Parts: sequence; C-alpha cells; structure tokens
Amino acid sequence: MSNIDKATVAKIARLARIKIEEDKLEPLAGELNNILDWVEQLSEVNTDNIEPMSSVVDAKLRWREDTVDDGDKQDSVLKNAPNAEYGFFAVPKVIE
Amino acid sequence: MMTDLTKLKIADARDLLKKGEFTSRELTEAHIAAVEASGTLNAYIEKTPDIALAQADAADAVIRAGGSKSMTGIPVGIKDLFATKGVHTQACSHILDGFKPEYESSVTQNLWDDGAVMLGKLNMDEFAMGSSNETSYYGAVKNPWRAEGSNNNYVPGGSSGGSVASVAGYAAMGATASDTGGSIRQPAAFTGTFGMKPTYGRCSRYGMVAFASSLDQAGPITRDVRDGAIMLGSMAGYDVKDSTSVDIPVPNFEAALTGDIRGMKIGIPQEYHLAGMPGEIEALWHKGIEWMKAAGAEVVDINLPHTRYALPTYYIVAPAEASSNLARYDGVKYGLRNVPDGGNLDDMYYTTRGEGFGEEVKRRIMIGTYVLSAGYYDAYYLKAQKVRRLIADDFKRAFEKVDAILTPTAPSAAFAFGEKSNDPLAMYLNDVFTVPASLAGLPGSSVPAGLSENGLPLGLQVLGKAWDEETVFRVSGVIEEAAAFSAQPEMWWR
Amino acid sequence: MSDYRIQGAKGDWEVVVGLEVHAQVISNAKLFSGASTEFGAEPNAQVSLVDAAMPGMLPTINGECVRQAVRTGLALGAQINKFSVFDRKNYFYADLPQGYQISQFKHPVVGEGIVLLDLGEGKTKEVGVERIHLEQDAGKSMHDQHPQFTYVDLNRSGVALMEIVSMPDMRSPDEAGAYLTKLRSIVRYIGSCDGNMEQGSMRADVNVSVRKPGDELGTRCEIKNVNSIRFVRQAIEVEARRQVDIIEAGGTIDQETRLFDPNKGETRSMRSKEEAHDYRYFPDPDLLPLEFDDAFIEAAQDSLPELPDVKKARFMSALGLNDYNAGVLVAEKEQADYFETLVAALAKAAKKDEAAVAVKASNWLTGDLFGALNKAGKTIANSPVTAEQGADLLVLIEDGTISGRIAKDVFEIMFETGKDAAAIVEEKGLKQVSDTGAIEKIIDEVIAANPGQLEQYRAGKDKLLGFFVGQVMKATQGKANPGMVNQLLKPKLDG
Ligand SMILES: [Mg+2]
Ligand SMILES: [Zn+2]
Repeated sequence: MSNIDKATVAKIARLARIKIEEDKLEPLAGELNNILDWVEQLSEVNTDNIEPMSSVVDAKLRWREDTVDDGDKQDSVLKNAPNAEYGFFAVPKVIE
Repeated sequence: MMTDLTKLKIADARDLLKKGEFTSRELTEAHIAAVEASGTLNAYIEKTPDIALAQADAADAVIRAGGSKSMTGIPVGIKDLFATKGVHTQACSHILDGFKPEYESSVTQNLWDDGAVMLGKLNMDEFAMGSSNETSYYGAVKNPWRAEGSNNNYVPGGSSGGSVASVAGYAAMGATASDTGGSIRQPAAFTGTFGMKPTYGRCSRYGMVAFASSLDQAGPITRDVRDGAIMLGSMAGYDVKDSTSVDIPVPNFEAALTGDIRGMKIGIPQEYHLAGMPGEIEALWHKGIEWMKAAGAEVVDINLPHTRYALPTYYIVAPAEASSNLARYDGVKYGLRNVPDGGNLDDMYYTTRGEGFGEEVKRRIMIGTYVLSAGYYDAYYLKAQKVRRLIADDFKRAFEKVDAILTPTAPSAAFAFGEKSNDPLAMYLNDVFTVPASLAGLPGSSVPAGLSENGLPLGLQVLGKAWDEETVFRVSGVIEEAAAFSAQPEMWWR
Repeated sequence: MSDYRIQGAKGDWEVVVGLEVHAQVISNAKLFSGASTEFGAEPNAQVSLVDAAMPGMLPTINGECVRQAVRTGLALGAQINKFSVFDRKNYFYADLPQGYQISQFKHPVVGEGIVLLDLGEGKTKEVGVERIHLEQDAGKSMHDQHPQFTYVDLNRSGVALMEIVSMPDMRSPDEAGAYLTKLRSIVRYIGSCDGNMEQGSMRADVNVSVRKPGDELGTRCEIKNVNSIRFVRQAIEVEARRQVDIIEAGGTIDQETRLFDPNKGETRSMRSKEEAHDYRYFPDPDLLPLEFDDAFIEAAQDSLPELPDVKKARFMSALGLNDYNAGVLVAEKEQADYFETLVAALAKAAKKDEAAVAVKASNWLTGDLFGALNKAGKTIANSPVTAEQGADLLVLIEDGTISGRIAKDVFEIMFETGKDAAAIVEEKGLKQVSDTGAIEKIIDEVIAANPGQLEQYRAGKDKLLGFFVGQVMKATQGKANPGMVNQLLKPKLDG
C-alpha cells in the first residue's frame, strides 16, 4: 500500500516545478495513492532474471557523420520566445 | 458530379481526380465548407483554408501534368500533436500558447510530399493524455454519433478525438493521429472509423510532440481499410532524424488487401475475456471469430498471460517518460510564461507549469516524477520495464503460432461526457485491450464492425507481428467486408 | 608528496581528493545535433532546434564523439564498454533547455583506467580512473547583464563532453595538479580535447574530504567548475583547511556542492542549487543503446599516437636523455614533436646516430630555445625558429664551422629575424678560423704585443695562459677555433 502524504505531494511537485495550491495537496495525495495502489499489483509478477525493456526497437544506435549541417538560425530559435533581448533568451533573474 | 464530395473515400477521390471528374480545388472547397459546418463538433481548433486551397491548386497542376502521387489533392486534417511549420502546434495545451514551429514533422512532410492538402489542426486530449478528448485546453470534441433516438452527446474517445470526429463527421477524408496506449484505435472504435497504429519505428516521431517516447506512434484515421493503407503508406518511412525510426522499406499496403486469409491462423487471447465486459462486446467478438472462420482462417485460442499487468505497467512507463518529456515546457523558450510579481526563475517555473498544464497532465507528471525518484525507481519504473518485457515476450510466443490476433478494441461503446472524467482509473480501463500491443510495439488496427444496442459504433482490433502491417490490413479488410458496416451518423451538426 | 599534511590544532590531517573532469570533445558538430561547436559566435547562433529543445525534436548521435571518448579511454588504458546507454538526468535550469541532460549513468562508454602522475625526481604515482561517460554541455546563463533578467545563450548547449571521473586517489594539491596536467597532456596528445582551461573546454569538479591518516574516508564536498590547475590546488588547500577547522571545533561536514572564489580565496556553499536534488536518471527513450564492435576499438587504438609515458621512456633509453629533460619534452606533444624533428634533421646532417646528437639537441632546446620563447612570451607552436633551422644551427657547431659561443649570437639573430643560421654566419663573416698559419700569425702578434705578461708567464704564472687565449680570440673576433688556439699557443709561450 502506498502512502503518499501531503508532504510527499509537495516534494514531488517541487521536483516537477509545478505549483499546487495548499488545499489541493490532500485530494491529490488521495488520487495518487489510488493510482499507485493499483499499479502495485505488479509486485505479484516474478521478474527475477528479466532484463528491463526500455525500447521495443531491437537495434543499435545509428551514428551521424561529424558534419555541421544545422544551426545558424538565431531567428528561428528565438522566434517563439516569450522574451528575447539582444539575441539572448531573457528569463527572470536567477537567484544564486 | 457527386452531390457531396465529402462522402467520398480517399481511394475513389484519388481515381476520380486522376480522371478529371473534379478538381482538388472543388474537393477541397467542399471540405472547407464541411469544416466550417462542423463547428459544433469542435474537431478543428485551427482551420487553414488558405493553405488548403494553395495546396489544392498545386495538386491540380500535378494531376494535369500526370504526376499524381498517393495522396495528391486529398484534403486531410492534422492532429495538433504534429508540428506544422508556421501553423498552430500546441498539443492542445495551454502551456504551448501561441507556439508556431519553425519546422515540419516528418509525417506531415511525407503527406505534403505526396500531394495531400491540409484543412487544419485537430483537437486532441492535452499532450495526448486521455481517452475521451475531455482534457483538451480547447474543450471537448463531440462524437458525431448519437445513440438511437437520443440528442445526448457522447465522447469521441481519445486522445485523437478531433481526428476521428473530423473523419466520421465528413470534415476530412483522413486524419493523422497518434497512439501511445490506444489513442488511434479506441477513438476509431468509438466513431465507426478505421484506425491503424503501425509498428513502433515505422513512422518517424520527428516533429511529433512527445508524450511517451518509447510508445508514441503516428498512424492514420480513415473511413475504410483501403484508405488507411493508402494514408499510412504515405505517412510511414525511415527517417534519419529519429534514432528509433527503423530502416525497413515501406511495403505497398494497399496491395496487401487481397481479401484472402484462407489458411491464416487467427489467435484469440483468452485473457481478453474480461469479467463484467458488456455482452454486446463479447457478442461482437464472437461474430468476428465467425467471420474469420467463414473466410477460411483457422481460429486458435492463445494465451497472453501477463495481459492484466499491461495497464499498470503502462501507467508507470508512460507517465515516467512524460514527466521528463514535458520538462521542456518551462516558460523560457516558447509558449506560456507566467511569473508572479517580482518572481524569480523558479517562481516562473512553478507558476507557468502549475497554470499551463491541465489536471490530467499534472497528475501524470506527478506520478512519473514519483516513480523515477530516488528510492522508488526500482520498485516502480524498473519493475514496470521488466514486466513490459514479459508482455512483449507473451506476444512473441503467441506469434510463433498465429499470424494475427483478434480482440475487441475497447471494453465499451462511446460513453457520455463526464461519465468517467472524475475517475482516472475508470478512464484508464478504456485502454485495456489496446495498451498491451503498444507496450510490445506491435501494429494494430480498429475496424468498425457493428453497432451497440443503442446504435453506437463498435470496433474489432487486429494485432500483427512487428513489421507485418500487411497482415493486419488484410485481416482488417476481411472483417470490413464481412461486417458490411454501412451505418452513418446523422448529420445533426451541419 | 604523499606526506602532505594539514596541521591542525589536534594533530595532522590527510586530504583525500577525487576529480571529475569535464573535457570538451573535439568535434565539428554537437553530440546530438548538427550545429557547430566553434567558439565566439553570436548568442544562440550555433543552436539547432534540437539544442533548443523545440517540441518533437529528437537527438541523433555524432559518431565522432563516440570515437573520441573511446580513444581517450584507450589512452588511459581503460576498459572500453562495447555496450553503453544514454540516460536522462532530470533537473530544471534556465540554460538546460530540455529540462534534462543526456548523460550516461549506469552504463558508461568507458570503464576503469589509470593515469600515471610524474611527481618529479623520477617519482611516479598511479591514480585510478573510475569511468568516462559522454554527455551534453549546458548553455550559458548571464546574471549581470540586466537588472531584472538573466540572459541565456544556448551556443554551448549540446556540445559533447567527456566526464572523466577519477578514484579518490590523490592526497595533496600537488598530486591533483599533476593529475590534471597529465590528463590534459594525454587528451591533447590524442586530439580528443584541446585542454584549454581558460576557455572552459576543460574544467574540474573537485571532491575534497579530510581524515586522520589511516582513518576511513570522511564526508566530501564537491567544488564545482574550477577552471585552472592553479585554482584546483588553491581550492583543495582552502577547502581542506576549512574542513579541518570545522571538525576540530567539534562540527561535522555537510556533503554539499561548493564554489571556489579565487578572489577571496575561499569556497562557499551553493545551497540554492543544491536544494532537493533528485536527478531521476532513466534510459533516454529517444536513443537506443550505444554499441560498437572490436574492429571499431582496434581502429581507434591504431589511430593513437605514441603517448607521453612511452615517449619519455624511449627518450631516456634510446636517446640517453635524463629524466628531467625527457619529462619536460614530452609534457606537450608539440615540444616532443619539435624535438624529434630536430634530432632527426641534426643526425642526418651531421651523419651521426640520433643517440649521438640527442643530448646536445635537448640541451639546446630546453635551454636556449625554451628560454628565448619564455622571455618572448611565445610557445613552441609559434616559435620563430623551426626545428629544421635549429638543426642547421647545431650542425654548424658540430662540424666546427662556428663555435658554441658564436652559436649563441647566431641563435639570437635567428630568433629575432627568422633567418637561417648559415646565412647569418655568412653575412656577418662569423666562420670559425681553423687555418694553422693564420692562427699562428695572430699568436705571434699577440705575444709580441705583451712582453710583460710573457715574462710573468715564463716566471711561473700559469694562469696567464687564459689571458693569451682571450687576447687571441679577441683579435679574431671570437672566430678562432678555440681548440687550435690552445694547441698552438702553449708551445710558443713555453718558448
Ligand atoms: Mg559531476
Ligand atoms: Zn557531468
């Protein structure tokens, strides 16, 4: 049984950078617990000596030649930016 | 000339265009009008009549010059998930507000290269997360079908709700769609359309907004099997820009429609007999089995023992990948940016993502973040990856004995709005028959095969071996012929 | 060196250091896109839509970056993994457009290897390399350009890095310095990284902990992104001191990420960045496993030049150089190359074995040329005197055309003008006089001009021989063959 509490929801939300209102934490914890309890039926399955499968494609990675055939498109890169100045993306100040 | 060009199939229109019976401009104008008239369905979230007419004129010139290709002059709709250069591409999410890509997805580029005409961008569940098209930032899509004698609206299925509604509602001859756990097949079943999810790696994912990278596959929605074969033939193809695209030639799918399945072995997975499944679904499946036998195929009971673990596996793997894929929506480079007064970068992240994503998307990001986080990775994500292999192995073993597998597409007909949207788990169960093949990367179709007791469409699912879409098409064609599905929705929205 | 100790109030402490070096791979294009890796472009000009993480964009791997990582692994004698996996390291930062860095976590492309440190006076030490993995560089954030905004440039985003992770085998700032020096030398030898620390193409994360000698490892702090060998040494010194002070005052060390401030000479916590780091690594589903065969590894092996350790041993055993000169020469590949060209040309011109001229060549190179280069602020790469020209000069000494003394003057002119030695000798008439008759004539004149000194010499003041030699050399403007002067002068003085 999974027991995600409010604090855990807040922690996950922080990792995922998603603002969740205080009064939504509790109901969300309930929903997440429901889903996780349901997926926990996987623990019934014996997976000893089973290789995890991360891709169904049974091939090795294809390699590209080391040639410059892209880039040089500052306009395209910045075109959709909410704020761009002097060729840079501008974002609210980072507090170090 | 036909009175309503929008009722034509792609194959017929292609032949008539070539014969000069009408022009692509005429065909396209008829469709632009149909798109306009389909507003109530909310299938289109962006219309592109100017682009369509320009492409139609270009297509007419090509036809006159005798250079027709497979899709020349055919008006189609494009799911909002596919990047279309300079045109609304927002995966129906608030967080991509205003985004117009500077690039074209490989799948749509293939269609344009083959002469297709773009009518506009189609509604969908936000980031393809949903089975009813109720999570779209642009509002729900209405199913063109209504229950017999009813004025109530039904969901079109999801996530490709706009795709199926536009095709079932005669506002596109075909539409692109994408399937991560059933998003082509389930909505096709709900709307009496044909949907085909090819083998993972058959269609390039380049320029397709990612939901779960190891599962996402593009495919067509059409009004019949032949049209699906034509359209997939155009969309598919090896692409160096996608490392998971596989360099295998695209066969002539249309040529696979021989109607001959004599001697073929069709598997019936016993685990798909769900307890509590509506009798009409079970009955439809039995009909399908009889059709197979009648066509000379041998029907074989098979076992896919890990079937019941497919949904929980999917609801770990897909959210995990999604939580990472959706990290790029942060207010920096494109789309929505919300910053509280005097806020710093982190405040921008929280607010933009908190307000930009809808509830279901946030729920999945949260689940995905959790199952990948320190201390839980092995118990959830790694475990799911292992069970995924067991599920894929089930299919491998089954396909040593059979050529194709026949199942229902969905455990029910289309349902009413709000019926399941407050219960995530009930919603997830919609994909119980489609998810296993997604996890295994196998090709699968949904063929309209009958009507429910209250007159809503039902579909049968055909699954094939990896890279054997041809058998899926062939078997689908036989079902189509046997079902002789001729019902049409009443055009209440026009 | 290994007995480097920090003196605390409560005894001596040992410092334990491990380094994670980020070395930028030399390649034309980025690791997962076709955008250029060159420095100095307009902001966001060298960015593909893949690097900017546009929706639906996908990574495709540059094979050259794989080859360079494998070559680097081979140069460190490391295990090469024919199967490796790219993972996503998830975190949010303005200059990380995808919201994750593609890196290698569980299965890196290169496994364990060794770096041999030269600690001077023939002393060496082995430092273990734990792994090398390939990963993407991030973009650049500028916080000081605008009062409200941070500016982000993605030109670096996606450039290939090799992260070379050492074992915690170093025990002093000097060893850490020697490790970086050696690593830098090796990657430059094989051309997998330009080793330019000022431009940031090589930078180190320094893991520092302290303990009482013989104790278990203490808690470490990671000092991020130190960009010079000098700063690495300083950072270790001050961080070790900081930790000792805390522990001796009864405190404990928090495992954390810190920053070295060279101006203040201190390290400080980067708590803001540290907060709740949980990278949620998982295999990148956009990429398949990275695999290659033995033939690929063999080809990479065959492409490697002679490496510094082997070269140094050869310079000592085959050419007779001493440890110090050999060490100096092999430290930079350009120097070693210059030396080898010089020796080959000299041996050929002098018709001697290389072994017979190598020591002279190395002395001239490490003494005269390096001295002049140093003074002029130049490096061997832009030396005004080529190895061939150097050989021409040394041959003139070897065959007696000029004396060693004159050679120094000739070299000075060569260094200034870039002219050939023979031309300068010819032009200035600096040829050595070896004609017996001519020298005898001058000796006679000198003796005749200095009767007083001759008398004193003959009365037993032997030291005056030097005076007469000097006078003869002066009279010939240094051109007389000194050996012959000595030989001819003595009998005449003795009468
Ligand atoms: Mg590190
Ligand atoms: Zn790193």
